[in-house]
Amino acid sequence: MTLLSVQNLRVTFPTRQGAFEAVRGVSFDLGRERLGVVGESGSGKSMTGRAILGLVRPPGRVTADRMELEGQSILNLPERRMRKIRGRRISMVMQDPKFSLNPVMTIGDQIVEAYRLHAGGNRTAARQKALDMLAAVQIRDPERVMGAYPHEVSGGMGQRIMIAMMLAPDPEILIADEPTSALDVSVRTEVLNIMDRLVRDRGMGLIFISHDLNLVAQFCDRVLIMYAGRIVETLAARDLHQARHPYTQGLLNSLPRLDAPVDRLPVLERQDAWRDGGMISQSLETEFPGGL
Amino acid sequence: MLTVDHLNVWFGHHPDRVDAVQDASFSVAQGESFGLVGESGSGKSTILRAIAGLIDTWSGTITVAGQPLAARKRDRAFYKTVQMVFQDPYASLHPRHSVDAVLSETLRLQGMDDIDRRIGRLLDDVGLGRGFRFRYPHQLSGGQRQRVAIARALAAEPRLLLLDEPTSALDVSVQAEILNLLADLRAEHGLTYVMVSHDLAVVGHMCDRLAVMQGGRIVEVMDVQALRGGTPQQDYTRQLIAASQGYERA
Repeated sequence: MTLLSVQNLRVTFPTRQGAFEAVRGVSFDLGRERLGVVGESGSGKSMTGRAILGLVRPPGRVTADRMELEGQSILNLPERRMRKIRGRRISMVMQDPKFSLNPVMTIGDQIVEAYRLHAGGNRTAARQKALDMLAAVQIRDPERVMGAYPHEVSGGMGQRIMIAMMLAPDPEILIADEPTSALDVSVRTEVLNIMDRLVRDRGMGLIFISHDLNLVAQFCDRVLIMYAGRIVETLAARDLHQARHPYTQGLLNSLPRLDAPVDRLPVLERQDAWRDGGMISQSLETEFPGGL
Repeated sequence: MLTVDHLNVWFGHHPDRVDAVQDASFSVAQGESFGLVGESGSGKSTILRAIAGLIDTWSGTITVAGQPLAARKRDRAFYKTVQMVFQDPYASLHPRHSVDAVLSETLRLQGMDDIDRRIGRLLDDVGLGRGFRFRYPHQLSGGQRQRVAIARALAAEPRLLLLDEPTSALDVSVQAEILNLLADLRAEHGLTYVMVSHDLAVVGHMCDRLAVMQGGRIVEVMDVQALRGGTPQQDYTRQLIAASQGYERA
């Protein structure tokens, strides 16, 4: 079943040199799956996530032939209606908890506020929900953490708190923008396990934006590879290492590997043709309509 | 080239004192590339900063090129021998200083002559070319900025380069370019590297030997074959290697 359907999404910013298109005609369907979006900085992967949530600020412009959440258009909704969707039905976790949490508010107050904004209810119920959510993201001592300020917790804990806060209203879709890049490898596994469980147990749709190709290959079901604002290739995550697009292959080859030492790392030779060439493995869209 | 013996580094005073590095010892030979790995908070960057003279609350012995270092004072000769490249090229360059200003200031501070010619050569060395000389940081990409930061470190013609996560803020394609550049420079100038990274694959690619750190202590010093072959001595190192292999679905 398709949760989110995006057709020909474009994000444009006016500049002195003319209009700059950060996203140039992105189309995909999201089902109850883990969809990876990979690409370098500036490829438009984060902007795609922000456009879905209506977070592109003027003078940036978002256009699309279709942007539907369960059949309902969410393209350029008025802010008041978007606020009912954002957080409640589609949520987002950003890269660095240091910049996403309010430094002068206790963690408990922040989760309770976010939850009551979306779900209403009284403070006692919201507090219980916050405690449950913190426990769900494997925080051992939720009572203590509720009373702590963001600077009193570690980066990994901060990121799990962010996830708890985003998941309290039970969204249908979570957009995670580099959720583990600021974390150590050991904490990373925990955070991924939490998101994995949410997809499997609650049937949530996950858009996982990352520059880490190996991680996406292992964690996601399906991958979109973005270059210069477009999707250049889409394939099943387990087949990422058999990618056919020279850009995807170039990215994979430029990674140093412990099991295959080389004297010099191959450097990506960018080609102009990648900017406007056709997408590879288009057939996947019909093969897995709305995901796996 | 570098010997670190029973190094302790701490921050703050009793009772809030934090012992960031405890009893760390290792040595790096001339021309060698040595890695320091571990999770955040393990003390790997702190060791680098203590060597560079950016932290003065330490005890133990640090010897660079045969000279033992004092805790507080570093002389000019030290900074001609040792230079550092930082993690974030967006933060380590002054936004209002052009590449020319950055490099000429450093060259003058090092008492160099013939600054004009040296700037040209430094820019060639790091693969930027002279066309970049009068650009400002905002006109450069992340990889180009890191090249400028490397040129600045090379300006003093150092023998030991301290690299603190030099590529972790960069895309993988740009990371490959910078790692190749660092390898070339080491071969050309006979440099010695001490490189801090959380990425075991990067350290495996760049270094000959490495120290694994946990909670301020060096758990294990090993050569890169042991890392590649997955045959470390300590359990912690084994866990670290396993975790870095990526994610396995539970």
